Amino acid sequence: MGKILSFAVDFGSYAIKGGPKYKAWLYFLLSIILVGSYTAYRQLTEGLILVGATDQIPMELFFANFIFTAHVAAAAILVVAPGYFYHRKDMKELAVIGEIIAMCFVATGITFILFHMGRPDRLWHILPGIGYPNFPNSMLVYDTIVLNVYLYLNLAGISYILYKKYVGEFDTKALARWFTPVIYLAIVWGPLIHICTAFVLSSNARMSEWATAVLPFGFLSMAGASGPSLVVLLFLFIRKHTKVPVNDSVINLMTAIIGWSLGIIILVFASEYFTALYSNTEHAASLNYSMFGHNGLNMYVPWFWGTVGSIVACFVAILIPKVRKSYDLWLPVVCTVIFLTILVEKPMMLVFPAFSPSPFGEYTEYHPTLIEYFNVLFTWAIGFITLTLMTKGAVGILAGEVRYHKTMAST
Amino acid sequence: MSEEIIKTNIEADGVKQGRRDFLKNVGIASAAALVASPASVEASAGSANPDAGITVAESLQGHFVLMSDQEKKTAIERLEKRYTAQYGKKTTVSDVPAPKGVLFGYALNISKCIGCRRCVHACVQENNQSRDNPEIQWIQVMKIPKGNFSFAADKLDTGYPKSSKLGDYGVQVGGNAYTAVGGLSPEEVQNYYPQDEAVPDKNYFYVPVQCQQCEKPPCVKACPVRATFRDPNGVVVIDYNWCIGCRMCQLACPYGARRFNWGEPNIPPEEMNPKTHYFGNRPRMRGVMEKCTFCLQRTREGRNPACLEACPVGARKFGNLLDPTSDVRKIIATKKVFRFKEEMSTYPKFFYFIG
Repeated sequence: MGKILSFAVDFGSYAIKGGPKYKAWLYFLLSIILVGSYTAYRQLTEGLILVGATDQIPMELFFANFIFTAHVAAAAILVVAPGYFYHRKDMKELAVIGEIIAMCFVATGITFILFHMGRPDRLWHILPGIGYPNFPNSMLVYDTIVLNVYLYLNLAGISYILYKKYVGEFDTKALARWFTPVIYLAIVWGPLIHICTAFVLSSNARMSEWATAVLPFGFLSMAGASGPSLVVLLFLFIRKHTKVPVNDSVINLMTAIIGWSLGIIILVFASEYFTALYSNTEHAASLNYSMFGHNGLNMYVPWFWGTVGSIVACFVAILIPKVRKSYDLWLPVVCTVIFLTILVEKPMMLVFPAFSPSPFGEYTEYHPTLIEYFNVLFTWAIGFITLTLMTKGAVGILAGEVRYHKTMAST
Repeated sequence: MSEEIIKTNIEADGVKQGRRDFLKNVGIASAAALVASPASVEASAGSANPDAGITVAESLQGHFVLMSDQEKKTAIERLEKRYTAQYGKKTTVSDVPAPKGVLFGYALNISKCIGCRRCVHACVQENNQSRDNPEIQWIQVMKIPKGNFSFAADKLDTGYPKSSKLGDYGVQVGGNAYTAVGGLSPEEVQNYYPQDEAVPDKNYFYVPVQCQQCEKPPCVKACPVRATFRDPNGVVVIDYNWCIGCRMCQLACPYGARRFNWGEPNIPPEEMNPKTHYFGNRPRMRGVMEKCTFCLQRTREGRNPACLEACPVGARKFGNLLDPTSDVRKIIATKKVFRFKEEMSTYPKFFYFIG
């Protein structure tokens, strides 16, 4: 018991320790959380009328951002899988960072869903036993199950690895017996959360832009691009500022995954657009709206072409060896652009334009409110502060700076 | 606010209140104050704020269908007490079960409809929809242009591909393409024509759309908590106290029939309809879905829906699809009948007909 307590204390105190820049970053996130708690309170007490959603576009920025968090969370297995499936020594140590990303982003996604709900006080209705989940019909039930299981799988994995390393009992042989199956399950579970999230969208026959078989493939490829982008950024940062070794080979593998994923995104988009546009039936109406606007409503047009252009440009850029090897300048820039592109793609290309035309042929534009923006920032700030603190603590343990001392625990 | 709620609770219960009951009410009221929102703070009890005064017991109640008879009775009494206090008039919440051997069906004559939208407003009055900012309407009337007057002889040889040096193998896309012809195609539809517009406009025809009460409702399949379900009469209903407000049903519905309470619903007490049903027109709360129920508070008692009674031209017919002598069955047998968006395979029990 004393060991666990001192683990929590040491981990926590190391996580908040840092230079002035680190402190400034934490205070910056805290200030967003502070402002956000007011807007969150407003929304929770006054209802979703404060956000931009309407009966024509019932899905808001929260929902769009939730899909993005599922992207990144699912992609974090790409850090874990090489270490455990291919026994890459350079990756195995870093697997825990991948799991931290997965856990933080799933938790952020679940927070987004809390903001999305009209009655968050009634969420217990979905729990089996006290509630009444619509199993096996409702896709949202599946999504709830896979997201929560993924969250706790990763939480268990992270705490186990870090704790064992902390107390210095990290024994790979004993580990293999029961822990490796858990990790394997988590690796398989990653794509699953994503496929389920895609099915939540594509199961709606009336949303002609979503009801396509390529949606899960598109999601997985976007996950493969956006997740590793964040991983590369994080690893480059860790290697520059801490003692944890990150080999070039790790970065190169991640870059290769990003490149392949971007290529697959382009293929998925191309096949989707070809199929819709060749016959150009009523089902292509939302796509036409995204691409060219409708009767002067053309808010999404620049976003559409900007996103497509950015994906193609990043794909070309990452094929250039000079960019791939430019660990200090170009690679971080490209990774940031990819991350932001996929983030913006969700509301501006996937979610909002899909609601025009409505079942009555209405074309609408979505205008988020200030409160909505702040609640989105609030949720992201919570996610990033968790990610920062968890990563910082984990780095301390991996670098051997945080260790269990008997004298401390003997009290 | 707490004091006011206590006061109204006491008033509602009558004067015979012991100290113990009073303390219980204090507990309930302060819990209600916790649950109630600050938006409802200004709205004192006695005014029309459905969210104020939701007790802890109410927010913890289970799915209505799964309740025992005693629990149902308690839940109904709780609601009646709350509504009576909130709207200042005796409100009844019925839980009359679905009549046996009845499958409700609706038929609408689109050649008769004049687009006056009296049905829309009668529905709002009858079903206690939120009135202001925004007014929630369950029926939407599509105003669709008749015919197409842009076909032109001078476009006969124009189009794509254009004639060129390489030869003229015929126009594959004619110049008269891309001009929609009036019909049920949602292109060119106007849903929000002004209320004071003279109707009917002879260049348009009108198609009211409301919940189609599908036999295979995609909304019911999508609901993660089974808050919405098809009742034995074939009507898709919602337990407003069980809905979690995730809006998956709204995504699934191909008819845009579902309406969400984005903010606090508001009904002026003098306009509130006090004769309600649990699954029908009882006042809803913030953050839940609602939709047309074929006025089940009326139809379960053998009356016609409010929209039908309001229609000045008799375009609307309602009845039992299992009864061969009902209006709806006769219409299906003799008229040109179609279902809206048949390609969605939802099998609506709302039929449109011509003639």
